[in-house]
Amino acid sequence: MNPDLQKERAGASFNPELLTNVLDGSPENTRRRREIENLILNDPDFQHENLNFLSRSQRYEVAVKKSAIMVQKMRKFGIADPAEIMWFKKLHLVNFVEPVGLNYSMFIPTLLNQGTTAQQEKWLHSSKGLEIIGTYAQTEMGHGTHLRGLETTATYDPETQEFILNSPTVTSIKWWPGGLGKTSNHAIVLAQLFTQGKCYGLHAFIVPIRELGTHKPLPGITVGDIGPKFGYDEMDNGYLKMDNYRIPRENMLMKHAQVKPDGTYVKPLNNKLTYGTMVFIRSFLVGESARSLSKACTIAVRYSAVRHQSEINPGEPEPQILDYQTQQYKLFPLLATAYAFQFVGAYMKETYLRINEDIGHGDLSELPELHALTAGLKAFTSWTTNTAIEACRMACGGHGYSHCSGLPNIYVTFTPTCTFEGENTVMMLQTARFLMKSYDQVHSGKLVCGMVSYLNDLPSQRIQPQQVAVWPTMVDINSPDSLTEAYKLRAARLVEIAAKNLQTEVIHRKSKEVAWNLTSIDLVRASEAHCHYVVVKLFTEKVLQIQEKSIQAVLRRLCLLYSLYGISQNAGDFLQGSIMTESQITQVNGRIKELLTAIRPDAVALVDAFDFQDVTLGSVLGRYDGNVYENLFEWAKKSPLNKTEVHESYKHLKSLQSKL
Amino acid sequence: MGSPVPPVRPPHSLGAAIASTECVLCGWTPPSSWSAPAVWLEATHLASLRQSQAMEGNPVHRVSAGDAWSSSMHPDIESERHSQSFNVEELTNILDGGAQNTALRRKVESIIHSEPELSLKDNYFMTQNERYEAAIKKKFHILMLAQRLGWSEGSSELQYASRSVSGDLGFAIHHIFQKTIRSLGSEEQIAKWDPLCSKFQILGTYAQTELGHGTYLQGLETEATYDAATQEFVVHSPTMTAIKWWPGDLGRSATHALVQAQLICSGARQGMHAFIVPIRSLDDHSPLPGITIGDIGPKMDFEHTDNGFLKLDHVRIPRENMLNRFAQVLPDGTYVKLGVPKSNYLSMVVVRVDILLGEVLPLLQKACTIAVRYAVIRRQSRLRPSDPEAKVLDYQTQQQKLFPPLAMAYAFHFVANNLLEFFHHSYSFILDGDFALLPELHALSAGLKAMLSDFCTQGVEQCRRACGGHGYSKLSGLPSLLTRVTASCTYEGENTVLYLQTARFLIKSYLNTQKSPGSASKGSLPQSVAYLTAPDLARCPAQTAADFLQPELYTTAWAHVAVRLIKDSVHHLQTLRQAGADEHDAWNQTTVIHVQATKAHLYYVTVKIFTEALEKLESQPAIHQVLKRLSDLYALHGILTNAGDFLHDGFLSGAQIDMARKAYLDLLPFIRKDAILLTDAFDFTDQCLNSALGCYDGHAYERLFQWAQKSPTNTEGNPAYEKYIRPLLQGRRARL
Repeated sequence: MNPDLQKERAGASFNPELLTNVLDGSPENTRRRREIENLILNDPDFQHENLNFLSRSQRYEVAVKKSAIMVQKMRKFGIADPAEIMWFKKLHLVNFVEPVGLNYSMFIPTLLNQGTTAQQEKWLHSSKGLEIIGTYAQTEMGHGTHLRGLETTATYDPETQEFILNSPTVTSIKWWPGGLGKTSNHAIVLAQLFTQGKCYGLHAFIVPIRELGTHKPLPGITVGDIGPKFGYDEMDNGYLKMDNYRIPRENMLMKHAQVKPDGTYVKPLNNKLTYGTMVFIRSFLVGESARSLSKACTIAVRYSAVRHQSEINPGEPEPQILDYQTQQYKLFPLLATAYAFQFVGAYMKETYLRINEDIGHGDLSELPELHALTAGLKAFTSWTTNTAIEACRMACGGHGYSHCSGLPNIYVTFTPTCTFEGENTVMMLQTARFLMKSYDQVHSGKLVCGMVSYLNDLPSQRIQPQQVAVWPTMVDINSPDSLTEAYKLRAARLVEIAAKNLQTEVIHRKSKEVAWNLTSIDLVRASEAHCHYVVVKLFTEKVLQIQEKSIQAVLRRLCLLYSLYGISQNAGDFLQGSIMTESQITQVNGRIKELLTAIRPDAVALVDAFDFQDVTLGSVLGRYDGNVYENLFEWAKKSPLNKTEVHESYKHLKSLQSKL
Repeated sequence: MGSPVPPVRPPHSLGAAIASTECVLCGWTPPSSWSAPAVWLEATHLASLRQSQAMEGNPVHRVSAGDAWSSSMHPDIESERHSQSFNVEELTNILDGGAQNTALRRKVESIIHSEPELSLKDNYFMTQNERYEAAIKKKFHILMLAQRLGWSEGSSELQYASRSVSGDLGFAIHHIFQKTIRSLGSEEQIAKWDPLCSKFQILGTYAQTELGHGTYLQGLETEATYDAATQEFVVHSPTMTAIKWWPGDLGRSATHALVQAQLICSGARQGMHAFIVPIRSLDDHSPLPGITIGDIGPKMDFEHTDNGFLKLDHVRIPRENMLNRFAQVLPDGTYVKLGVPKSNYLSMVVVRVDILLGEVLPLLQKACTIAVRYAVIRRQSRLRPSDPEAKVLDYQTQQQKLFPPLAMAYAFHFVANNLLEFFHHSYSFILDGDFALLPELHALSAGLKAMLSDFCTQGVEQCRRACGGHGYSKLSGLPSLLTRVTASCTYEGENTVLYLQTARFLIKSYLNTQKSPGSASKGSLPQSVAYLTAPDLARCPAQTAADFLQPELYTTAWAHVAVRLIKDSVHHLQTLRQAGADEHDAWNQTTVIHVQATKAHLYYVTVKIFTEALEKLESQPAIHQVLKRLSDLYALHGILTNAGDFLHDGFLSGAQIDMARKAYLDLLPFIRKDAILLTDAFDFTDQCLNSALGCYDGHAYERLFQWAQKSPTNTEGNPAYEKYIRPLLQGRRARL
C-alpha cells in the first residue's frame, strides 16, 4: 500500500463502509452486490487482456464472447432481479457496452410492451435465449429526437397480407442502433405506417435482417457497421437500408394499434403508456451519470493523494497535489456533485417504481410531471457529468491523457448520454414546456403540486427583478434548508422571466412556435435552474435522513459545498434576483474555501466509499493500493508498440537520412 | 446573377414513399433509387456553376477530387451563400495576412492534395501503429517535395503544407529540439548541431517531463553530474519517478534527446540545464548502452506521435553537450552564469507562442466550420406546423451553442497574431541579452496559452455535441479535433500552473503601482497591464441595450472587473500575511482567487486586442461590420457568463445585465445570416477538414454513408460470428 494513501485512510473522520451501505441502500444490498462481483472477478472465463491494447475488432470480439458466456452464467448463478443483472453486467464489461445489449434493453421490453400474447409466444423465448438476437432501429441518418420526422415507410399490401418496408432516401437509412451492424439477425424497426392510402404515423415492426444459419443479410436488406466512433469500440452500431422488403402482417407489433387483414387500421387506446419505457431509461441514465462521475472522482482524488509536485514551502518535500487549493477547488465540488447525483439517481429509481405501480392501477396523474422531471434531470446530470469527467481527467495532468488513467475511456463511454435517449437541449425544452404549463395554471388560479409547487407562491410575491428586499428572509449560508430556499427563489424567478418573455414574444410574433424559439435560451435557463433546485433539495433531504452522526457530518459538508459552489458559479442570478447580497456572495466564496479544507482529510475515504473494484475502474492512476508509478511503467511496457526494440518503421527513417 | 434560385429542399428527400428517378449526378448508385428528379438537381448544379464563375475567388480549390457529390451543391448550403453581406475572399486574405499569402497557401494545398501519399482519408480506420508509420511516411514525402520544389526550412510553404495535412506528420518534436538548440545553444553549438538537424542526420526530441514531475521544472530528478577528470557529464535517472515520460518522437524515432537535468558540478546543484544526449545508434537504431527506451502506450490521441519513456543509467556525454548560451561549465568544473535564471524558460515561451497559431486555434476553426455547415443541412422538427423541418441553425439554442465558439475562433486569431508580433519584438532583444521584456512576454504567453487552450477545448467539445449523434462518429472529424485540442491544456505547461504564473506577474505589477504613485510608475508599467493605473469608473454608463455594442464600453467593463479582482486577490493575500500566515501558505490559500483574477485579466486583454485589430479594418466597412458583431458577441458572452463579477460591486446593475443580454440575443440573428460565410472564410479544404459532415458542398449524408461502408468492419470478415455468434444461434437451428 502506498504510504500516502495509508495515511489518508487512517486520518478519515468516518468509516467508509457505513457510507457504502448508505449508497447501496442497506448493508444487505452491499453484501449481495459484492457477492455477485466476486462471482465474476474470480471467474477465469471473464478474464481478458487489457482492452487498451486491443484493436476495435478485437474489442468487439471480446464483448461478444463475454455476452455469450454471460447468458449461461446468469442462469447458473440464478441472477434474475433487474438490479442484480445490472451489477452483473457492469462488472463483467468494464464499459457496460455489449453488442447484444439492445436485445435485452430494447428488443425484449418493446416486445413485452407492444406485442400481443401471440407475438410474445412466438418471439420471446428465442430472444431471451439469444437464439434470435434483436435490436431496436429508430434513429435515422437525417432524423433523431424528432420522432415524427422519421422517413422509413411500411406500406400494407392486402393482397399478400404483407408490409413492404422501404428506406426512400439517404436520410432515411436507419443509423446508430447498437448491435445492428454485425451482431443482430432481427430488428424492431420504427416506420411510418401506410394502409389504404393513408399514413397513420409511427409503428413498430419485427424485421428479420440476416439469414439464420449463414448470418448473411437477407435480399432487400443492406446492413453494416457505421464505422469508428469516439468510444463504444465494442459496439457495432449499424446502418440498415430496406428496399421493398416484405414481412408478414403478423410482424407488426399489435398490442395497441392493429392493421386487419383487409388493411383496416384500428387505433390504439392510450398513447401515454409509451412514456413508461422512456421514463425508465432516462431515470436509469441519471444513475449512470452518478456512477461515471463517481468513478472519475475516485481516480482523480486517489492520484492527487499519491502525486507530489512543486512546493508550497521552499525547502520542504514536494507536497501531495491534493494539498493545493486549486486542486481541491477542481475536485471537491465534483466529488460533492457525485454524491448529489447518487442520491438523485436513487430517488428517481424509487419514484419510477412507485409511479409505475400507480400506472398499473390505471392512475396516470403523476406521469406528466415525472416525464418532465426525468427529461430535465437526465440533461442536467449528464451535462454536468460530461464536463466534470473532463475536469477530473485534466486534474490528473498529462497522465490523464494516457489511456492508463482510464479517464479517456470513461469520458468517451459517457458522453453520448448527452445525445442519446433524447438530445439534452430538447430534453431541457420539454421540462420547460411543463414549467410554462404549470406557470399558466397558477396564473389561471389553479394550484400545482409536486416539485413545481413553488410556482404557487409567485402571484403573491410579484417578482420585481430590480427590487431589493422582496424576499421575506435572509439566506443563511450555513443552512442547507435556507440554501434550498435560495435555489427555489432563483428557479421561480427564472421561470417567471422565461414565461414573461415568452408572452411578450407571442404578442409580437403572432406565431407561438416562433415565439417559443426566440425564448428558448431563457427557457433552457429556467429548466436548468429548476433541476438545480431539485438536486439541492433532494441532497438536503437525504442528509437529514442519515442517522449515523459521523456520516451525516461529512455528507452535510458535501451538501453545503455543492449548494454554495453552485451559487458562486451562478452568482449573477442570485445577485440580480436580489436573493443574496454582494457581501453574502463574498461570504459564500470564503465559506467554500473553508469547506475545501474541512473535506480534505476525508477525500480519499469519500471516494473509497463508492466501493469500485480496481477492475471496474480500469485505471492505473486510480488503483486502490496507490502504487501508481511502478504499474504505469509495467503497463507501458506491455504496449504492442514495445514488442520489438527497433520498430519496423525504422526503414523510413533510414531512407530519409540517406536521401537528404 | 440572373440564374433562378432553386427551391430550398434537400436533394435527396422526396417525402414518404415516392422514389423513381436515378440520381444522375451522384457517382454512387444505390440499388434502389431515392434521389431527386435529375432535372431539378441539374438546375441546381448549373446555378451553382454560374454562381461560382461569377464570384471572385472561385472556391474550386476546396472541392475534393474524386468525391461524387462535389460537382453539385446541397441547396441548403448554397442558399446560405446566395447573398453575401461581405466579400469572403477579402476576409480570407485578412486571416492569411494578405492576398499573396492566400494565393501561396492555395498553391501549396493543391500540390499537397494532389499527392495520394499525403491523404488523410484512412486516418479514422488506422491502428496506432499504422498512424505512426503513415505520419513518418508523410513527413518523408513532404521533405522530398520540399527538396524538389525548393521550399526552404521554416518557409511559409512548409507551414502551409503542414496545415493542409492537419499537422499529421512525424518529427514534430525534432523541430522543437532544433529550435531549443538555436535559442539555448552557443554559436559553436548551433554551428555543429543545426545542419545535422536540418539534414535529418540526427533526429531529436525534447525530454523534460518525468513520470513523477511535470510543469514544475525544479522538481525534475534527472541528474547531470560533471566529472572533471574526463570532462564529461554523467546523466542519470536516480528513481522510478525520474524516468523521462511523454516526450514526442522519443518512443521509436529519435536518435538524440535534449534532456533537461539538474546540473551538479563541483559538488553544488545549479538547477535545470539542457544536455544533448545520444540515445540510439546511428547505424542500426538500437538503444545505446545505459539507455532504456520505449513507447508509453495508447493515448486519447496523438497516435501518430510516439510519445516515449527514457531511463538513463549513468550515461556519459562530453562537456560540450551542455547548451551554454546562458550558462557554462568550465573544464575544471567552475560554473559560469551568463543570463538570468529565467532564460532557460525561453524555449518554453517559443513553443507556447508557436502552438497557438500552428496547432490549437485551427482545431477550433475546423470544429466551427464542420458544426456550422452541418447545422444548415441538418433539418429537425418544425418551427411552424405548416413549414418543412427547420435547419437546426435556425434554432436559438443552436446559435447559442455555435456562435460564441465562432466568435472566439476569430478573436483568438487576432490575439495569437498579436502575441506573435510581441514575441518577435522581444525575442531579438532577449537573444542580445536584454531581458527587460521577458517577464511580460513570459506572463502573457503563459496566460494566453492557458486561456486559449481552455476555451478552444470547450469550444470544440461544444461544436461536437451540437452535431448530435453524428458528432460522436469519428467520421465527423470532431472527436479527433477534440482529443487533439484537449491535450494542449496540459502540454507545454499545465493550465492552472500557467494562470498562476501570470497571476504572480499581475500582483507584482499591481504592487509596483502602489509603491510609487504618480506618472512615473504609470509609464513604467508593461503595456498589457498599463490599465491597472488607468482612471476607472465606479458605475457603467450604459442606458440602453445598444450602448453595449460600443467596444469602448465593454472593454472598460472588462478592465474594471479585472482590476477589481486583482486588487481583491492582493488584498486577500496581504490580509492572510498580516494575520501571521507564512508567505507560501498565504499564497496557496489564495490561489483560487488569483486564478479568477487572472482569467478576468486575460479576457480583458483578448477583448482589447480584438477591438484594436478591428479599428485597423475600418477601411473595409462590410468586413468591419461582420467582425464587430463577433467582437461584441465575444465580449458580451463573457460578461453574461460571469454576470456575478460585474454585478458584485454594482458596476453593472441588474437592469444593465438585462440590457447586455438583450444586446447579445439581438446579435444572434445577424450572425446567423453570415455564419456559413464566416466559416468559409477560414478556407479549409475538404481534405484538410477530413469530415463527412463538414464538407464545402454540404452533402453530409451521402458522404457519411459512403465512408461508413469503407470501414474495415464492413470490408473485412466478422470473426466473432464464426467463433461466438453462430454457436449462440445453434440452439435455434437444432430445433428448426
